[in-house]
Amino acid sequence: MEIGLSHYLILSTILFGIGLYGVMSRKNLLMLFFATEILLNSVNIGFAAISHYLGDLTGQMFAFFVIAIAASEVAVGLGLLVVWFKRHNRIDLDEMMSMRG
Amino acid sequence: MFETVAFYLFAVLVTVSFFIAVTTSQALYALTALASGMILISGFFFILDAEFLGAIQIIVYSGAVLALYAFGMMFFDTTREVKEKKGNRIIIASLSVLSVILVVLIFAAPVVSDNIVANYPVVEGIGNTEQVGIVLFTKYLVPFEVAAVMLLVAMIAGIVLAGKKMDVSLTLKDDSEINNEEKVLS
Amino acid sequence: MEKYLYIALFAPLVSSLFSSLFTAKPKKQFVGVIASLLIATSFVSSVILGFYILGGGEAIHVELMTWINTGGLYIPFGFVVDEISVTMMFVVTLVSMLVHIYSNGYMDHDPSFNRFFAWLSAFVFSMMVLVMSDNFAGLFIGWEGVGLCSWGLIGFWYYKESATWAANEAFIMNRIADLGMLIGLFLLYWNTGSLQYDVVFSKVALLDHSTLIWIGIFLFIGAMGKSAQFPLHTWLADAMEGPTPVSALIHAATMVTAGVYLVIRSNPLYDLVPEVGIFIASLGTFVAFFAASMALVNRDMKRIIAYSTLSQLGYMFAAAGLGAYWVALFHLMAHAFFKALLFLGAGNVMHAMHDELDPFKMGALKEKMKWTWIMMTVASFALAGVFPLAGFFSKDTILEAAFVDHHYVIYGVLLFTAALTAFYSFRLVALIFHGNDRYSQFGIHPHEAYNYMLWAMAPLFFFAIIAGIMQTPFFEMVEEALNAREYHIHSEAVKWIMLIGTQVLVIASIFYAYRKYNRNDITVPDGTSKTENRLCYKVLFNQYYIPYFYEEYLVKPYRELSGLFWKKFDLRVVDATVDGIAKILYNTGEETRGMQSGNLSVMLRWMVVGLVILLIFAGAVGLAVRYSDKILSFLSALGV
Repeated sequence: MEIGLSHYLILSTILFGIGLYGVMSRKNLLMLFFATEILLNSVNIGFAAISHYLGDLTGQMFAFFVIAIAASEVAVGLGLLVVWFKRHNRIDLDEMMSMRG
Repeated sequence: MFETVAFYLFAVLVTVSFFIAVTTSQALYALTALASGMILISGFFFILDAEFLGAIQIIVYSGAVLALYAFGMMFFDTTREVKEKKGNRIIIASLSVLSVILVVLIFAAPVVSDNIVANYPVVEGIGNTEQVGIVLFTKYLVPFEVAAVMLLVAMIAGIVLAGKKMDVSLTLKDDSEINNEEKVLS
Repeated sequence: MEKYLYIALFAPLVSSLFSSLFTAKPKKQFVGVIASLLIATSFVSSVILGFYILGGGEAIHVELMTWINTGGLYIPFGFVVDEISVTMMFVVTLVSMLVHIYSNGYMDHDPSFNRFFAWLSAFVFSMMVLVMSDNFAGLFIGWEGVGLCSWGLIGFWYYKESATWAANEAFIMNRIADLGMLIGLFLLYWNTGSLQYDVVFSKVALLDHSTLIWIGIFLFIGAMGKSAQFPLHTWLADAMEGPTPVSALIHAATMVTAGVYLVIRSNPLYDLVPEVGIFIASLGTFVAFFAASMALVNRDMKRIIAYSTLSQLGYMFAAAGLGAYWVALFHLMAHAFFKALLFLGAGNVMHAMHDELDPFKMGALKEKMKWTWIMMTVASFALAGVFPLAGFFSKDTILEAAFVDHHYVIYGVLLFTAALTAFYSFRLVALIFHGNDRYSQFGIHPHEAYNYMLWAMAPLFFFAIIAGIMQTPFFEMVEEALNAREYHIHSEAVKWIMLIGTQVLVIASIFYAYRKYNRNDITVPDGTSKTENRLCYKVLFNQYYIPYFYEEYLVKPYRELSGLFWKKFDLRVVDATVDGIAKILYNTGEETRGMQSGNLSVMLRWMVVGLVILLIFAGAVGLAVRYSDKILSFLSALGV
């Protein structure tokens, strides 16, 4: 059976769902970052697949920029995470209630 | 045939690795699973004739990003099990599944695929890397430069945030003490 | 000629707007002068129009602008000057002008002098709209306008509890009647498709007889309210709380005759339903007698004149009901003259007596107020119908009309009422102007009114005397418009016996009134005399206990019902609904507060919920677009 675009898109969606589940269920900030990486990667698969099956390079370009954004996100996010950890010795989401009105 | 086998193999492996990454309670397991998932994803890129993207994936994700995570984890006690309150897993799982099904349904709808026209078509006979280079440095030059600046800013931000007072353990002090010190310093 | 129409119509409006600029200011004499001049302008224009119509000119019909034009309904701001409206315009503007001039003196010391003229001129404008409109909708506007101005003028001294009560009573009674009138108008529009007089009256002959009866009854209910016919009559006597010039203008000469005007205007309609006509005539006759009987014993000068007005309105309705529209209109005109004169004279007396209204506390004023005495006496003679004054011609014609049409009961009651009228009129005159001096013991020093007030009354005095000679030209003018006919008694002998008999009866009751009340031993009644304790006296003095009945059996139960509805329905259903809506919102806020816990995990979860909703929406839109033609065909099959 020939692998088509929809196979890739469905795979991408399933991985995105796993990422969503991670984002919602994990309370540890580091795990949350991992789940975010999964989300970004799943989208990248979709971009690359569409690019291939349409014969258009735009998809790859987008995947490329997504990777760049993921890299900067990790850099800044980890920096903030370290500062937070140094202050509170915890990186549990439920402890971060400073947004509470 | 080869492509089909490769797709299903990679698909199963990636899904399993990522699933482990989001469910395990050990941070090291999660990191390892994530790294393997990232490398396996690059396999898809190679199948899809996007060799350049596949290389970037391995270098940036598996190399840089995960190395960064690994270094970041040295600050935290990684041997300790991650204690998490169990939320209502059923609601969370069903929400994710529901969104997945919806997205799939929308992708399956015939309206999407009919109306797409290629902006920058793939030229036959030239390597993928060369094509990417041509498009990136002509059509996407400005976004490319902006991305470069963004990475620079992120790098500086990461250094400033994480490297501030590396010699002092902030955890041994109260919030008020830290605030006072910061006031004195500034 | 059209410009005179516009001047006659809009000069009072200008006067009202001008005066209302100064309502918050202290008295300014020029306001009264300018208002009087503007009304005089309107009067002159009306007279010019009157001579034009009298000279056989065509009716003037103008359309100022379109008012309502939707679908099949077309109502313009149209005005018409024909034989009927020009008579009304003449009466209205003449009496208004004189009352305006008179009020300059009467309201001299009132702090709200300017406001008075604003209301009074507004009333004149509304009355002009009422009589000049060429359709029922415009008539209704004027109808409501005069009701509003009447409310403002009865309650002019709003700091008096009784005045505001009377104003509200008049307003509410009129609203009740207006509901009937509105139903009549709706029926008319429903069945003829128009409200223009000419269109409606050309079509009424084609309508069903029972429909016509209903229309006639409902329109007459409106007329009953405005003209204070039984059982909606109680407001007129209470309306005497207003300033006396107002009573003269509104509650004697003009507004209360609007009901008669409506019946006269709708004469093609009422011609087709003689049953309703008989009902109107019977009710009018009854009211004529009923009101006159109440006037016999009343001890309030203005109320006596008000009851007399009521009685005379009854005469007009009797005439109109019998199909003698031109007689009704002529009596309306003549009555306006002598009744306004009577009221203005009463105003002079009130002014002199420091607002004392009980004629038993007056007496022997003829030395102090010679001209007022002459004018009021002549007005009373005219009211009683003594030859050759105005009342003789108009009232006797009504009697003749009733006799010729073989309505002998109506004739008899009206004849008897004429005797009553003569009696109570001269009881009043005798008590006020003759007999012994009873006012000195109350420390009152009467004086004659200002000269210009007397001059303002002079034209009314003049018309009250000579209105009779206008009968023939008036008849010729309205002959065609009102389908009028002369009433001739075939036998000469019967005719003369009737004429002289009526005169003898009237003069006899005048003499009787004088004999009874022109005495020097009359004292202020204190409720102990034998007459006062008689049953019929009590019944009459308490106005047949009708106000008491209304208060006890209509107002009080209504108030209790309202209280019940307030507590049971308003609080428990309406208020509870509103509170419930507020409570739902409040509780929703309270319940969904948990969303904003500040916990990132919870927020992320809600974000995903939002994503799911957006995806569902996107999918639904996509499906709708994809299958749009099928959905449309399905909807069209359903008939949407």
